[in-house]
Amino acid sequence: MATERDWRARVPDGMWVKCENPRCAQLLYSKELDRNLRVCSHCDHHFRLSARQRIAITLDPDSFVETDTELMTVNPLNMEGYEAKLKRHRARTSEMEAAVVGTGAILGHPVTIGVTNPFFTVGSMGSVVGEKLARCVERARDQRCPCILISGSGAGARMEEGILSLMQMAKTAAAIGRLRQAGQLCVTILTNPTMAGVYASWASLGDIIIAEPRAMIGFAGQRVVKGTKSDLGADAQSSEFQHEHGMIDRIVPRLEMRGFLESLIRMTYAAPLRKGASVEV
Amino acid sequence: MIQEEMEDLLRRQSEQDVDLSAEITALQDRLEAEKRKIASELTPWRKVLVARHPNRPYTLDYIAHIFDDFVELHGDRRYGNDQSLVGGPAMLGDYSVMVIGHQKGRTTKERQERNFGSSNPEAYRKAQRLLEMAERLGMPVISLIDTPAAQCLFDAEARGISEAIAATQLLMGGLRVPIVVVVTGEGGSGGAIAIGVGDVVMMLEHAIYSVIPPEGFAAILYKNAAPEQVQQAAALLRLTAQDALELGVIDEIIPEPLGGAHHDGIGMAATLKQAIVRRLEPLLALPVDELVDQRYAKFRAMGKWEVRRG
Repeated sequence: MATERDWRARVPDGMWVKCENPRCAQLLYSKELDRNLRVCSHCDHHFRLSARQRIAITLDPDSFVETDTELMTVNPLNMEGYEAKLKRHRARTSEMEAAVVGTGAILGHPVTIGVTNPFFTVGSMGSVVGEKLARCVERARDQRCPCILISGSGAGARMEEGILSLMQMAKTAAAIGRLRQAGQLCVTILTNPTMAGVYASWASLGDIIIAEPRAMIGFAGQRVVKGTKSDLGADAQSSEFQHEHGMIDRIVPRLEMRGFLESLIRMTYAAPLRKGASVEV
Repeated sequence: MIQEEMEDLLRRQSEQDVDLSAEITALQDRLEAEKRKIASELTPWRKVLVARHPNRPYTLDYIAHIFDDFVELHGDRRYGNDQSLVGGPAMLGDYSVMVIGHQKGRTTKERQERNFGSSNPEAYRKAQRLLEMAERLGMPVISLIDTPAAQCLFDAEARGISEAIAATQLLMGGLRVPIVVVVTGEGGSGGAIAIGVGDVVMMLEHAIYSVIPPEGFAAILYKNAAPEQVQQAAALLRLTAQDALELGVIDEIIPEPLGGAHHDGIGMAATLKQAIVRRLEPLLALPVDELVDQRYAKFRAMGKWEVRRG
């Protein structure tokens, strides 16, 4: 057994990937895993996706136009180590920040899209992430199209930007409030993980809230809860728990997500009483 | 020492019938400056302790001294009546206003009943109900924040604490009546911002406002945080009123009586009332659309970043 593992460990990088789910741990051929949108064919475990990967599997090919790339993170609290951390995450992900936003299309329907990247500071929301997402929501309002927001944020608000991060919750919530007034659809997709300040703001404010299966979704992180000397069952913070308690409309497997989004847009934007809607008979 | 010297001067003045007023005034100024210096030198951790002081006035204390009348309303009409947040219509001088605010308990029993000021989803849904009512009836809203953090245990999760916090912020963001927010004690993360969206946001001088409690931050930074590390975390978070003002998160710091609000609760309430009235009047004069646009722009502008050229 051990020798077999050693042998597999020597396989050239990138050919084989071990399933992240510790109870599965199957070796998967990476090209096949990619073809399967990085869902394990043995246990259905949904691997985490970067923001770019997520956009690639959600939007029509070549339809994505990134916006708001000029926004640069600063260290407003002079928190020690913050710049070094950003530098590390930038090097590791080739991204400047944890959110990627822009415009695109889903099976021909124009949308704006905002995604947080679980590989960049676990998708935490600081000033730039909040600002990018707020602009993404406002752009949907201006362009009169649906807004798709996808969260992969295990850290919620970004601690290193302190109280300014907390304010991004109010900012994004207010922006979605205006989108609602303008009569545009907001769909939020919760992926593993979606926690704390992100879940307690924009991620919970979709007209329709979808989650991927078995994602960790909840309010306070286990370590913070432990810090308060109380306990929380691990199962309470999952897609299934949140769905069962009425917080999420549907749990949709990744392979069906794009088609499901298209149905939602098609089935809401042909509303007969909608401003500017035309009924084709 | 300065106090003694001054008393001595006052005694001599009355006994010897000489005019020492210049000296006395100078000493009074020095005394005042010293006290201010002590207050301004409170470390962030000392501020946390003052903000959490068990004798600090709580929302119902302020309500009793600020408003001429108040009727507490109960329940969220969905599940329960969470007493960690109180609210209802009140009279502020001639005006009907809606007051909402976190409420901590004073006795052991009351602390438990009020869950130490940590709110479950029902508390925020009660707040939503009162906010919507205020909008319908055209009543300005006064929101007083004093919570360690929102409740994060199993029941809170099951009943949607995140949704409750998110939806309350969205509602306040677009509410068509003026909202004045004051952080009176602890402004504990999501539990605080949930009722923290207003046209004017103020903090009492020794109140704190933080993305995470210092204990929680220390737990993330260090695996088993020692007390010194918690104190250090409090400093790193920039959670004082002075920090919040500097970072553009609040509009004003309301001075506390020397030594903190708990040294003179009635005096504190009087100062707080003046600040609320002074801030509310100009908001009442604004057309509603302008008011709501201004509030939106205020929170839209929050945060710090740079714009890369080219």
